[in-house]
Amino acid sequence: MNAIGASVPPISPRRPVSASIATFCALIGSGFRRYATYRQATVAGTFTNIVFGFLRCYVLLAVAAGAAGNAPGGYDARQLATFVWVGQGLLNVVGLWGWVDLADRIRTGDIVADLVRPISPVTAYLAADLGRAAHAMLTRVGPPLLVGALFFPLATPTRWQTVPLFAVSVVLAVIGAFACRYLVNATAYWLDDARGPLVFWTLGSGVLAGLYFPLRLLPDWLAVTLWVATPLPGLLQTPLDVLIERDGPALQAGLVGLQAVWAVVMLALAHWVQRRAERRLVVQGG
Amino acid sequence: MGELRAYAALFGGRLRSATAYRTSFAVELLTNAAGTLVDVVSVFVLYRAAAYVGGFTLDEALLMTGITAFAFVLADLTVGNIDQLETYVRTGRLDAVLVRPLAVLPQLVLADLPLRKLMRLAVGLSVLALALARNDVDWTWARVLLLVTAPISGAVFFGAIFVLSAASAFWWVDSGKLGHGFTYGGRDFTSYPITVYGSWFRTLFAYGLGFGFVSYQPALTLLGRADPLGLPGWTGFLSPLVALVAVAIAAVVWRLGVRHYRSTGS
Repeated sequence: MNAIGASVPPISPRRPVSASIATFCALIGSGFRRYATYRQATVAGTFTNIVFGFLRCYVLLAVAAGAAGNAPGGYDARQLATFVWVGQGLLNVVGLWGWVDLADRIRTGDIVADLVRPISPVTAYLAADLGRAAHAMLTRVGPPLLVGALFFPLATPTRWQTVPLFAVSVVLAVIGAFACRYLVNATAYWLDDARGPLVFWTLGSGVLAGLYFPLRLLPDWLAVTLWVATPLPGLLQTPLDVLIERDGPALQAGLVGLQAVWAVVMLALAHWVQRRAERRLVVQGG
Repeated sequence: MGELRAYAALFGGRLRSATAYRTSFAVELLTNAAGTLVDVVSVFVLYRAAAYVGGFTLDEALLMTGITAFAFVLADLTVGNIDQLETYVRTGRLDAVLVRPLAVLPQLVLADLPLRKLMRLAVGLSVLALALARNDVDWTWARVLLLVTAPISGAVFFGAIFVLSAASAFWWVDSGKLGHGFTYGGRDFTSYPITVYGSWFRTLFAYGLGFGFVSYQPALTLLGRADPLGLPGWTGFLSPLVALVAVAIAAVVWRLGVRHYRSTGS
């Protein structure tokens, strides 16, 4: 039994690097195409994002109108509106919710098909998720932002480095969120059923990533703890803070650095958990 | 009696399947309770930054949040899982529901009565109790009556909205998220004084769709406050009527939907 391992042989022994890149890109493409077929869901989801955009924006603007200096948490009204409307689009790019594929496949036993493929499940699902994120970036960010811009004054970046930093920050948020979701789904290896942890994730990530309210409205010690000790602000709050230039240039770049550290840590953790799970996995089904 | 026994059997089966994975179920139970708590914590966090939001204090807003929390939780517990209809329609599993000699809606509701949401009810009720304790309500018989009717009417109203948004799946299969805008969106809308919203948006949600009568108007009447938006005090008592209208519309749409259903053809 000791000889059985789940190590993955290289895809093409003769040209391993280029073959791996080609496979990775093919998987990104398949993720993109899969989500491109859910057209009704895209339209329905966008409509709901817009409704919530109005709800959150009006509430935050009313808070700003009543706050000292009209700047709750250090945001002015324009920054708050931008935070909400870009956030409503970015939420889908990052993909906080709704990914239960892995948990379902573990529960039904279909995961065995992923394990016999010559590519690690973490890498394969990451590639598919990047494809999904690319599709969401093209379809889900524009409409809420357009509606927001029509009804509210929005903030525009003033520093040259803001847009490239934002782009990097979004990619890091996608990778970080993927790793977190992978870990939550992977609890099914031990529990068989991951519904509980998934609900827990949906709730926790929404609040602590800054979707319900900007985390800067929390007491400072709590906000700093969240940023340093958890990957969650890096999933939504950090890219949004970078875009609306909440902080000076140094802190703006620093937050993206912190986000990168967390993305790497979570991805490594996902790989480690996957390896542990493979050693104890008893495939379900008959 | 036979029918009741059939429903009990359906429900019992679901209960066993829900509790089969104990750890997962326990986590779900606790998280669900925390979910309602988070909505309330959000209100506290926002009021940390401002003493008045939309012209109302934290305590006054909490009364609206409390009525909404309890009403929404009650509706979500009893008919909320109707949003699974989308899956039934897409996979064609609704056929199995239709051929049984039982009504469609109760079957679907009982098919997955979300016991995991039971804890939310306690949280919802505590929020309402907290809000009442923090406000100085001048109790009269009319206000006591309102305190009972408003959350229950609100629950009936949210229940109708749940059914309406789920029924959209009969025409448009991938519509799940569309309904969330009105169910969860409606909850968020009614958790704050409606004075915070922009005029056309408020008119549409509060008066056009009826959400203004769920918690805002009843809370004003309980507090004895005049409506800054100009509606008279008796509108606080309108919520049962608004709920009935919503139920009637939901019943008609649901029936049309079931007739429109043509299975998957596979």
